[in-house]
Amino acid sequence: MSTATEAIRIIPKSPGANDEGQWLEVSMGPQHPSTHGVFRMDVVLDGERIVKLKPVFGYLHRNHEKIAENESYLGSMPYTDRLDYFCSLTNNWAYALAVEKLAGIQVPERAEYIRIITAELTRFQNHACLIGFLTQDMGASGTPLMYAFREREKILDLFESLTGARMMCNYMRFGGCRVDLPAGWIEQARAAVASFPRFLDEFEQLLASNEILMARTQGVGVLSKEFAVNAGVSGPVLRASGVNYDVRKADKYGIYDRFAFKIPLGEHGDTYDRYMVRLLEMRESLKILELALRDIPAGPIVDPKTKIRGFRPKPGEAYAHIEAPKGDLGFYLISDGSSNPYRYRVRPPSLVNLTVLEELCIGHNVADVVVILGSIDIVMGEVDR
Amino acid sequence: MTLETIESEIEANVPGCVLEIVSNPSPSGQHSLRIDPAHAVAIATFLRDAEPLRLDYCSNVTGVDWPGKEISEKVKIKKLVDGVEQEVEEVRKTQTLGHLEVVYHLYSMEKKHGPVILRMSTEDRADRVHLPSLTPVWRSAEFQEREIFDLYGVIFDGHPDLRRILMWDGFQDHPMRRDYVEPDDFEYEPTPHDEVLERARQHRTIMGVQ
Repeated sequence: MSTATEAIRIIPKSPGANDEGQWLEVSMGPQHPSTHGVFRMDVVLDGERIVKLKPVFGYLHRNHEKIAENESYLGSMPYTDRLDYFCSLTNNWAYALAVEKLAGIQVPERAEYIRIITAELTRFQNHACLIGFLTQDMGASGTPLMYAFREREKILDLFESLTGARMMCNYMRFGGCRVDLPAGWIEQARAAVASFPRFLDEFEQLLASNEILMARTQGVGVLSKEFAVNAGVSGPVLRASGVNYDVRKADKYGIYDRFAFKIPLGEHGDTYDRYMVRLLEMRESLKILELALRDIPAGPIVDPKTKIRGFRPKPGEAYAHIEAPKGDLGFYLISDGSSNPYRYRVRPPSLVNLTVLEELCIGHNVADVVVILGSIDIVMGEVDR
Repeated sequence: MTLETIESEIEANVPGCVLEIVSNPSPSGQHSLRIDPAHAVAIATFLRDAEPLRLDYCSNVTGVDWPGKEISEKVKIKKLVDGVEQEVEEVRKTQTLGHLEVVYHLYSMEKKHGPVILRMSTEDRADRVHLPSLTPVWRSAEFQEREIFDLYGVIFDGHPDLRRILMWDGFQDHPMRRDYVEPDDFEYEPTPHDEVLERARQHRTIMGVQ
């Protein structure tokens, strides 16, 4: 964090050239409602136009990695919930996957299905809410967001009856899941999934050809394919720029190779494409969910050979990554044979996606910064760790 | 493509580089390649652009701290004891320097393979902590290298904007190092209140009240 003592500062464009006008340095955030958490941008303006933009963060930094290095392997599972607090189940999965790679643990069939079902439900609610927040940032105050929250409620109810918590689920375990599905859960999930296409139709009808949304998003914040790849952008933001990379397809972790689904790609890489890719991805998630809820077998939910207490993986290291709703979420672990990881590293997709924010915003107006930031989809719990 | 063939490819194309395969005994089987800092940028550019690999996506950059260890070994020494030469065992202690390590996990978005893991080490943990930055090759390393600079104290030469990222600017130490000790009070400032407290303490001592 830079030491900004004043919120607004006037800078001459060039020394001694007073008649050309001045630049204005504005501190946007950290209490700005559109910054999705305590996040600040040092913006240099030429009138309404962005000249420079430096993201400043760290306000939520709690040194998650250090905490995890002083905690047993299982003990940091609840902390992973707090990274991207919208999608705790995918965080759990990524961490469990890394530990399973490190210790060579197999996951039973039923647990793999449960993982895919919960992960896709998480993706669905994350994308729905993100679109709600994005439109709220554009001034559509409330309606789309409340529609999204109405559907999210159904998913959070499912999570609550399964894990006992609505957002901080702490559900995955090494070698499987913590508890089995309660009676009637699959029927409830099927009913919820069956109701979502109608919601998506309604959502699309409301927004996709909305003139204001198109005017505010089309051609705004264009991210080129080459720059997106080089900057390590991942998730829907990358695919909106037309790069066909989805860890679910590229790595086929879990049992994603058994499901037929498409990867929606954008053409222009602008904010509208980032919005549209998420909308289409939600439809693909529903396809996976329908198949998984149909095919889920009976059986154990956790590998009985896995030790819960006194878990000490052999010395070595492992890196595992998954396609979280925000992008490529990775966990890197180094074990020295003791009960705590020697090194525990989170590869946060939100942080790396912020790399491109300045380039996307330069030349646009102040109001567009809010929309571009909204379309990148960050959660400060994950950026700051 | 195995790591051995990648190693020989690099050796053929980047003259003078020193490589070493670091094997990983864990079931993950993710072996890595230790590269020398002097040729790091050339190696990275080769891995990014060369056709069979095309590792265009630098996913993850990690800092690791390996503090110096005290190694004690027993050495037999001949000594004169009471005028007679005898063999005496002595414990000799040596201190290793320790180092900071940076690990890069590379993937290819075009060819959909990976990870290829590169490691680089600094010479020690005190003042020879310079490593070349790979941000000019992969822009995705920008914030992650800043984070390693902030939390571990590795100085990346050639980084476009090396500042603290998570801790505040006035912060002194590097909190992810293994030997970091948290200060009692981050924001200690002497205030007039302290004087009052000190006077009250003296008063209590004089009055014999604890």
